[in-house]
Amino acid sequence: MSQHRPAKPKLFDPAILGPAAKNAFVKLDPRQLLRNPVIFVTEVVAAMVTLLFVRDLIADPAGAAFSGQIAAWLWFTVLFATFAEAVAEGRGRAQADSLKRTRSNLSARRVGANGAEEEVPATMLKVGDVVVVEAGELIPGDGEVVEGVASVNESAVTGESAPVIREAGGDRSAVTGGTQVLSDRLRIRITTPPGASFVDRMIALIEGAERQKTPNEIALSILLSGLTLVFLIVVATVWGLAGYSGTLVSVTVLAALLVTLIPTTIGGLLSAIGIAGMDRLVRFNVIATSGRAVEAAGDVDTLLLDKTGTITFGNRMATDFIPAPGVTPRQLAEAALLASLSDETPEGRSIAALATGEFGLSVPKTPVDATVPFTAQTRLSGVDMGAHRLRKGAVDAILKFAGVQQNQTPVEFSQAVDQIARAGGTPLGVADGNRLLGVIHLKDVVKPGIKERFAALRAMGIRTVMVTGDNPVTAAAIASEAGVDDFLAQATPEDKLAYIRKEQQGGRLIAMCGDGTNDAPALAQADVGVAMQTGTQAAREAANMVDLDSSPTKLIEIVEIGKQLLMTRGSLTTFSIANDVAKYFAIIPALFVATYPALGGLNIMGLASPQSAILSAVIFNALIIIALIPLALKGVAYRPAGAAALLRRNLFIYGLGGLLLPFAGIKVIDMAVSSLHLV
Amino acid sequence: MTLIGWLQIGLLFLAVLAVVKPLGLYMASVFSGERTWLSPILAPVERGLYAVAGVDPKKEQGWLGYTFAMLAFSVAGFIALYAILRLQAYLPLNPQGFGNVAPDLAFNTAVSFVTNTNWQNYGGETTMSHFSQMAGLTVQNFLSAATGMALAMALTRAFARSQAATIGNFWVDMTRATLYVLLPLAFIVALAFVAMGLPQTLSAGVTAQTLDGAQQVIALGPVASQEAIKQLGTNGGGFFNVNAAHPFENPSAFSNYLNIFAMLSVSAALVFTFGQMVGNRRQGWTLLATMATLLVAGVAVVYWAEAGGNPILTALGIDGAQGNMEGKEVRFGQAMTALYAAVTTGLSDGGVNGMHGSFTGLGGLVPMFLIQLGEVLPGGVGSGLYGMLVFALLSVFVAGLMVGRTPEFLGKKIESREMKYAMLAVLILPLAILGFTAISAVLPVAVASVGTAGPHGLSEILYAFSSAAGNNGSAFGGLSGNTPWYNTTLGIAMLLGRFAYAVPVMAIAGSLAKKVRSPASSGTFPTDGPLFVGLLIAIILILGGLQFFPALALGPIVEHFAMLAGQTY
Repeated sequence: MSQHRPAKPKLFDPAILGPAAKNAFVKLDPRQLLRNPVIFVTEVVAAMVTLLFVRDLIADPAGAAFSGQIAAWLWFTVLFATFAEAVAEGRGRAQADSLKRTRSNLSARRVGANGAEEEVPATMLKVGDVVVVEAGELIPGDGEVVEGVASVNESAVTGESAPVIREAGGDRSAVTGGTQVLSDRLRIRITTPPGASFVDRMIALIEGAERQKTPNEIALSILLSGLTLVFLIVVATVWGLAGYSGTLVSVTVLAALLVTLIPTTIGGLLSAIGIAGMDRLVRFNVIATSGRAVEAAGDVDTLLLDKTGTITFGNRMATDFIPAPGVTPRQLAEAALLASLSDETPEGRSIAALATGEFGLSVPKTPVDATVPFTAQTRLSGVDMGAHRLRKGAVDAILKFAGVQQNQTPVEFSQAVDQIARAGGTPLGVADGNRLLGVIHLKDVVKPGIKERFAALRAMGIRTVMVTGDNPVTAAAIASEAGVDDFLAQATPEDKLAYIRKEQQGGRLIAMCGDGTNDAPALAQADVGVAMQTGTQAAREAANMVDLDSSPTKLIEIVEIGKQLLMTRGSLTTFSIANDVAKYFAIIPALFVATYPALGGLNIMGLASPQSAILSAVIFNALIIIALIPLALKGVAYRPAGAAALLRRNLFIYGLGGLLLPFAGIKVIDMAVSSLHLV
Repeated sequence: MTLIGWLQIGLLFLAVLAVVKPLGLYMASVFSGERTWLSPILAPVERGLYAVAGVDPKKEQGWLGYTFAMLAFSVAGFIALYAILRLQAYLPLNPQGFGNVAPDLAFNTAVSFVTNTNWQNYGGETTMSHFSQMAGLTVQNFLSAATGMALAMALTRAFARSQAATIGNFWVDMTRATLYVLLPLAFIVALAFVAMGLPQTLSAGVTAQTLDGAQQVIALGPVASQEAIKQLGTNGGGFFNVNAAHPFENPSAFSNYLNIFAMLSVSAALVFTFGQMVGNRRQGWTLLATMATLLVAGVAVVYWAEAGGNPILTALGIDGAQGNMEGKEVRFGQAMTALYAAVTTGLSDGGVNGMHGSFTGLGGLVPMFLIQLGEVLPGGVGSGLYGMLVFALLSVFVAGLMVGRTPEFLGKKIESREMKYAMLAVLILPLAILGFTAISAVLPVAVASVGTAGPHGLSEILYAFSSAAGNNGSAFGGLSGNTPWYNTTLGIAMLLGRFAYAVPVMAIAGSLAKKVRSPASSGTFPTDGPLFVGLLIAIILILGGLQFFPALALGPIVEHFAMLAGQTY
């Protein structure tokens, strides 16, 4: 899990709710609502019933109380829907504002063709302009370092306070607008026009101004619009059907029937769910350049994961001591500990840690005559203590030190060495003078918990593929230890690209992360490409997401967020549709019971009167939107499990729950309505 | 309800179940273009037909080509049938000397048989010559069924293929469906019917002297041959006016059994064919289980409602032990009438062996409701399968998101294009059924045709348009449909129900065929197994059925409650 997982934001922050309440009214503008056909229809119907209410006020004051209340609740239905969207946007905007603040009033020192510098506002910069930034200044836009090395504080974007090094050439050349140069001086070529940098794009995405519907959202909107049309037909024809028996159905009641039947719940919450999904991603410090990518993340079948940093810690660590014949493990550990005292490399420290941890050894107080520090030339380290000349190091270096010929090494010693090499590890020899004490097993240590994580992914139907530059033997060993489904050994960027293409041919969606320029083609080819914030500009441009934490494990969380977004949509759609059953049973008997008293038999909820039944159904329909806003913003509970288990669970909660809840809800509201004598 | 009754019902379903796999496998090889055991005889005939028609059987069509071929073929069929009916008096094999069929009735009848509906606004034995029955109606019984099968197979291929531009050749599918499946089966079933005593003759009929000295004409004709394809092709258009309640169309309990068996078997087996061709038999069984569950529930409700009888009559001192026998043939009884009624409406067959309009409120509600569900239990040959697949797509889309992936069915992603066409198809039934019913319920010229007072009259209109739009063809009785208004509007409803539904389905096929078929994983929404059966049933009932709840409430549901309250109209 990411250490940057932010504190959960409060669901109902007054600072967000206030403006949201105001925006909810602004969003009533029919031109804006046209984007959401279900709520648009609701608004039209609400306006119509309001007119009927006005007519009733003049012509039939006794009936006005009913039509007035229906009209009011229809307007509430619309308002609750716009409010949900406004709250989601408000939460996103709060996040975006902090980013934005860093970007206002930036000015740049542009280097002209003649080499002279001129001061221009950052908004005037064009792609290809070269600017100079010195210590203490803010970088005016996204770009690439063309000259110089500097430490840069990127906390404004990443939240990480430790400065990072940015230098020309290589994989650390990309800089982000709004970050601060702490030391030295950089010449930067601007690579994105102002307003199009990925921070700008992200702000646009969460603010909703340029929010475009994602493919799945479009498909769902079509379903919801289709259902709305179906119910329009159903309700419009009730007129004629009832006319057959001479019943004149009131338009107010038909309006109420229509609004309760069309999927207002999911229609009202759909955009909020989408915005909240993007927002959730941002809270994980991931910026997506399109909503499409977030959805695709939920569909991913295969994850390409870099070994180093994701699956293993990246440093080889000592995991075992294998003593030579006649040597106890404790003796070997002692010798290894002493020989490693002067080795400050991570490997050396891990040997000391293993010796002190496993055998409870402590660094002896015995005076040391001389230390031999580790160097790349000797490839060994050690100490001289009296008669003992303890050394540890690469096996051939140790053999040379001990003066033992390859063919004279004890069988057990060479067997241990072979075994470790075959298992993908690195053997280190330990010697005391010309006596071989044993072998230390160094290996690439798989991060704890990662195997369980992969098992969970497998349960979700996602294959994990480890990508590594190691030889196939080492790769296979680590792959089996980490529990990945496949691995790419000695992988070149071309290999990655070929692998992605092959998987995509088979109908699978691939996610990968990368940071180098040579990763760019693969990032662009992958369905979900996540670039590291520390990566090159080329990589960031090719990817459709950027991870500000530069944490390779983030890919797993991104997939989960994508899945949660889709699940929330599906669950609320199912809930919304299942709700209709109860509403039919509330309104249909109420509609016709005057003509056919026998139809009272359909009033299985025992609602007090036709009018209270209709009003209660409308009130339930409005209140359920408000009640579900928190769920829409948080997303439904997600746990990694197979599709069958997820389906069973969600179908039970949102399908069966959606079927039964409104029966109880409408009954309770009806009791309140009738006891308050509202109708 | 009796144990014997249930045993009869159970035995029939078992018999159908037994043929589903062999017949399904046979059809799969027929539509995959493989050699079958009938090939030695039929392959030369098939090649000859292609040669005459100038069809290259190797050349496949995209969805547009396929759809245009289907539409062109149907239009040609309509024109031919319309011409036969209008010119009946001048054509041969007219021993009774019937005159030409009136234009509006000819339109209605031609549309009815081309759309596999077989709504009959005429009495067969008093309107149609033998030529019209054989060369006109029976031919369309074959061809409209074959068309339905072809469309279903095109959609099946769209699921089975990956990144394909074509979905088959309509002419080949239609030819093979007729030649390899319908003709041989019809031949066997017709012989069985003849053995059971159904007439098969070109003579005019027999004039008999009744006991009180009056002359009575007992109509005869080529009944058995028409009856066989009427059921196998889920057409339902009877030779006689009262359809399978007529002793010459359905003389015995045995023939009744064969009737139901024949109408169920091809449609049900086609679902297996689907599973086989998409390489997932379990999927086929899952769809079949869904259909069977709803169908058995339908049979049970009708049986229960009818066997329970009418409390109003019981209160008048009439023995209620027989249940409600109004409109039923004594030789079939409650169980076999209930079974026939549910099966004929669950399938879009539309033949009847009892009068649905005489059933109790609930007993009449069920056949109507089964039609309104979209004729998918298991529906007309072919059309039921593709109707069910549209429901499956909707179910997958609504609930499939709940597993956190873009919904997939058989490895094909269901996206906005598919949703758009699926919703277009879904709109057709409420539009045609509720729209025309609502207009007819208040239009004086339409209301005048209604035969019964009270809510039952509305039921008659609602049933008529449900039957037409669902391409079922059965009638509730009571409604005098042979008027210009109903001939025209019912005709339009039939056209909408058939073609306005089939064209979007073909568009879905075209879109699906192009997609990559992605392999299933444990993260994929499981579309086979009991959970999906439950989900599909819920979606069919909520999306397919609930639309008609207000209309049903004003018709059969009121009748039911009124009957319980002892109220009559």
